Amino acid sequence: MLLINCPYCGERPEPEFVYGGQAHIARPTDPRACSDQQWADYLYLRDNVKGVHNERWRHTHGCGRFFNALRDTTTDRFLATYEVGHEPPATLKGAHS
Amino acid sequence: MSQPWRTPAGGRINRHRELRFTFDGRELTGYEGDTLASALLANGVHLVGRSFKYHRPRGILSAGPEEPNAIVTVRRDAARVTPDLRATEVPLYAGLDAISQNRWPSLGVDVGAINNLLSPFIPAGFYYKTFMWPRGAWRSLYEPKIRAAAGLGRAPEQPDPDTYATRFAHCDVLVVGAGPAGIAAARASAKRGVRVILCDEQPQFGGSLLAEPSASTALIEGQPAEQWLSASLKELASLPEVTLLSRTTAFGYFPHNFVGLSERLTDHLDSVRPGQPRERLWQVRAKEVILATGALERPLVFPGNDRPGILLAGAARTYLNQYGVMPGRRAVLLTACDAAYRAALDLRSAGVEIAAIIDVRERADGALPEAARRAGLTVHSNATVVGTVGSQRVKAIRVARLDGSGAPQGSIERIACDALLMSAGYTPSVHLFSQSRGKLVWNDAQQTFLPGEPAERTHCAGACRGVFGLAAAIEDGRGAAARAGGDVSGSSKMPEPAAGEFGGILGALPQPAGKPVVKAFVDWQNDVTSKDLALAAREGFRSIEHVKRYTTTGMATDQGKTSNLNALAIVAGEIGKRIPEVGLTTFRMPYTPVTFGSFAAYTRGELFDPVRTTPTHEWAVRRGAVFEDVGLWKRARYFPRKDESMHAAVQRECLAVRNGCGMFDASTLGKIEVVGKDAVTFMNRLYINSWSNLAVGRCRYGILLRDDGFIMDDGVVARIAEDRFHVTTTTGGAAAVLGMMEDFLQTEWRDLQVWLTSTSEQWSVIAVQGPKSREVIAGLVEGVDLSNAALAHMGVAHGRICGVPMRLFRVSFTGELGFEINVPADYGQSVWEAIYAAGQAHGITPYGTEAMHVLRAEKGFIIVGQDTDGTVTPHDAGLAWAIGKSKSDFVGKRALERPAMQSIERKQLVGLLTGAPHVVLEEGAQLIASAQHRLGERPIGHVTSSYYSATLGRSIAMAMVRGGRARQGETLYVLADGQPVPVQVTSPVFYDPQGTRLNA
Ligand SMILES: [Zn+2]
Repeated sequence: MLLINCPYCGERPEPEFVYGGQAHIARPTDPRACSDQQWADYLYLRDNVKGVHNERWRHTHGCGRFFNALRDTTTDRFLATYEVGHEPPATLKGAHS
Repeated sequence: MSQPWRTPAGGRINRHRELRFTFDGRELTGYEGDTLASALLANGVHLVGRSFKYHRPRGILSAGPEEPNAIVTVRRDAARVTPDLRATEVPLYAGLDAISQNRWPSLGVDVGAINNLLSPFIPAGFYYKTFMWPRGAWRSLYEPKIRAAAGLGRAPEQPDPDTYATRFAHCDVLVVGAGPAGIAAARASAKRGVRVILCDEQPQFGGSLLAEPSASTALIEGQPAEQWLSASLKELASLPEVTLLSRTTAFGYFPHNFVGLSERLTDHLDSVRPGQPRERLWQVRAKEVILATGALERPLVFPGNDRPGILLAGAARTYLNQYGVMPGRRAVLLTACDAAYRAALDLRSAGVEIAAIIDVRERADGALPEAARRAGLTVHSNATVVGTVGSQRVKAIRVARLDGSGAPQGSIERIACDALLMSAGYTPSVHLFSQSRGKLVWNDAQQTFLPGEPAERTHCAGACRGVFGLAAAIEDGRGAAARAGGDVSGSSKMPEPAAGEFGGILGALPQPAGKPVVKAFVDWQNDVTSKDLALAAREGFRSIEHVKRYTTTGMATDQGKTSNLNALAIVAGEIGKRIPEVGLTTFRMPYTPVTFGSFAAYTRGELFDPVRTTPTHEWAVRRGAVFEDVGLWKRARYFPRKDESMHAAVQRECLAVRNGCGMFDASTLGKIEVVGKDAVTFMNRLYINSWSNLAVGRCRYGILLRDDGFIMDDGVVARIAEDRFHVTTTTGGAAAVLGMMEDFLQTEWRDLQVWLTSTSEQWSVIAVQGPKSREVIAGLVEGVDLSNAALAHMGVAHGRICGVPMRLFRVSFTGELGFEINVPADYGQSVWEAIYAAGQAHGITPYGTEAMHVLRAEKGFIIVGQDTDGTVTPHDAGLAWAIGKSKSDFVGKRALERPAMQSIERKQLVGLLTGAPHVVLEEGAQLIASAQHRLGERPIGHVTSSYYSATLGRSIAMAMVRGGRARQGETLYVLADGQPVPVQVTSPVFYDPQGTRLNA
């Protein structure tokens, strides 16, 4: 069971959270400008990282907030958690793919 | 004589308390403090089971959790029957009733032993190779037979009557294993004043110290070992921040230093109080974990090494010193390491004759072999055992010298004995470290895998990281505690192990030249021999994981605790690679089996899942409603009168709604209050509909897609104010819709000022439906003009009913004139009862979900999740009219524009009518285009909803059919029991297509 550091509440056990898929996938602001391929990529194409993964979690059974995290998929270690709308911490930026 | 193999004195058993027990019905006695295994050996019982595949007689091999042979069923009463227990771990209690497994009709006479004679024909992978054809026979014939002949114990037949406890715990340091290293680590950690949990699977703390003779002269920190142990435990027990858990196995090491402990609370007791929990599952989050899990002794692989009476040397020493039991009267030691000599020396002191010590190494000149020689024991180095004699107990062994090339040669000496102690050396227990995803590193000097870089805050101490010997283990335990406490000055470097004391050898002992006819077992539990492993290598298996699956080595309850390294060495030798190049199989959790009860704990029976009930639940129960589970909700399915069948009740309820008035509890619908300056913008972006033109006081049927264009949810949405929407969702979709709304608001449209509140359980929703519904509620409603002119279909009004504030929706999911009355949930039942009373004059009839389903199907209204399946677009469902055409975007719009999403060949919603009106199609049945169904022909659709309609006097069905709307009037066929049933494709609206009734 992971121990996850909600940026708003602090460390809480994994059952309080729901995984939210890869982070920093913005919905295109003008979907009409997207080709079919671009739209399909937005819908379905995700990284399958062995290593540091940028991902979303929601503290569903706590504050209800979405936030972003950097997690190493090989060790399950969290490098950072941070608020929506922010970039990953600068020191770790190189790590995220 | 009772317990003839018990020593006259000594051991940690309580000789003042004799316990009676039975094994296969035979009455025996043991002492308090015994395990079942030690008590059996005290009675001279070595034959305790039959092997898995060959049904060979097997004895007790070990004294701990690694036991592969002595697997028994323990029966406390009719319901408390536990199979597949290791006798070495079963604490003895008065009246214990144990049964051997895997034999028929009895342990001594076993019919399955014929497999042993046939064994030349049962090589590795035999089952895979032989039982391949015909395919269907595997399940019906081969597998049941094989399982009956081979399987382990039988599952209990009655529900588990015991209760199980569970708790979470947090600590600074969790120490696993209370041997010398673990105790030293716990003491050193506790000195810092931090919270410490120390656990051990044994009933007593002490680990390897428990196997020391009581007269041991070993000193720890200047004290005799025994004194040090009791003083240490006394000190730990006195500290409030220290939790000591005996009989507690750390079975699983999960991410972020989360460790599962299984504490056994009552299995050692003579009787159990009602309600006393049998086990407690501890879920421990530790800042630091110290593993002091010790090492397991390896058996030697030589021909005939599995006869009862052949056991591990360290186990023999444990039985003697801890339990006061002699494993034999004339024993031989076969060893590849010095440590095992202690067993011979201790047994000799207890009066056991040591017929010989056979040391497979070229020379045996360490301190312990020298001590053995001084004690007058005969040591044959550079020799091996090439065979054993005896059927249900070893009688003699055959010994040969090894020549310069290490092969047996020359004459063979026969030595009579009734016990053979063996030791190939010790394997560090790295199971938990490996489970934590710590890296294991091959150590050439020790010829074993040792913990390398940890993945968690893990520190290993003592034998589990290759640090053997009492003084070294104590020192290492303290060092681990210092590192766990953040002291980086302490070195984690390992002391050099004393050469030859614990290391030993890996793999099979040399066998005489020629075709081996006697089996040399590597894995006792799975009956895997060195020959099987060699065969797998010859047949091309290279990955150790594949070899494991092919030969089954290292599987089942012991997970290869005694066999894995020997198997690995044999395979490496066969394929000419070094062991680290071949690699290890995964160490899986649990370390030893954990009961299902422990995991279920309190979540069983009524506590298995939460139950959600509506405000009218008690009323419906009193009325004899039959309920169905919808998610966690209990919903009234129908309200039978007396002996009425479901079919009759549903027909009556449907006709009542069509002809008079019915009432239905719709409270389970999801409800979300969407509020804020940008609420309408938000709704426009989310739902397919246009909301800008929805007037306050009106509602609309809304459809929500995912961004891939497929229908996710639907429901009526009312505009309560300019900046306020009352959104309803399906019963099952409420949480997902709210989650999706939150996701968009929090991450994509963070500039929108909108607030969401789940109101599903705040509103009680009473649907009053039917031509007389207006008359029924008219007398109860205040402040609302119910006339068609003032409150038309899809109108919303505020007022009071029975004095209670209400939101009144004029909506209909039945096709009749109807109202959905929303009142605060606390008033739900009283308002319901008032409407019911007022409706008596009009024959009001409560109806359930089944009638609701029929009524909506008559109108062609879909149910998301029944008529849709996650691949249905609004066009497919005939709902394209709901799309707000002028909107530039909404969730799912871009996906709908892809050409494939607009193909007229997609499955579309249609109605179906059978030729014979009484035939009700099966939901899910496949549709084909012609009566002559060809094998391999793809169906063109499937039935999604199907009912008998009392209103129409015939069956009706809805279906998704390829290009369905263009097929209206065509005849298709539904396969029912392989027979084609002709159906006519129609509009899905079967009743009142003009909608005159709901506009009445
Ligand atoms: Zn939170």
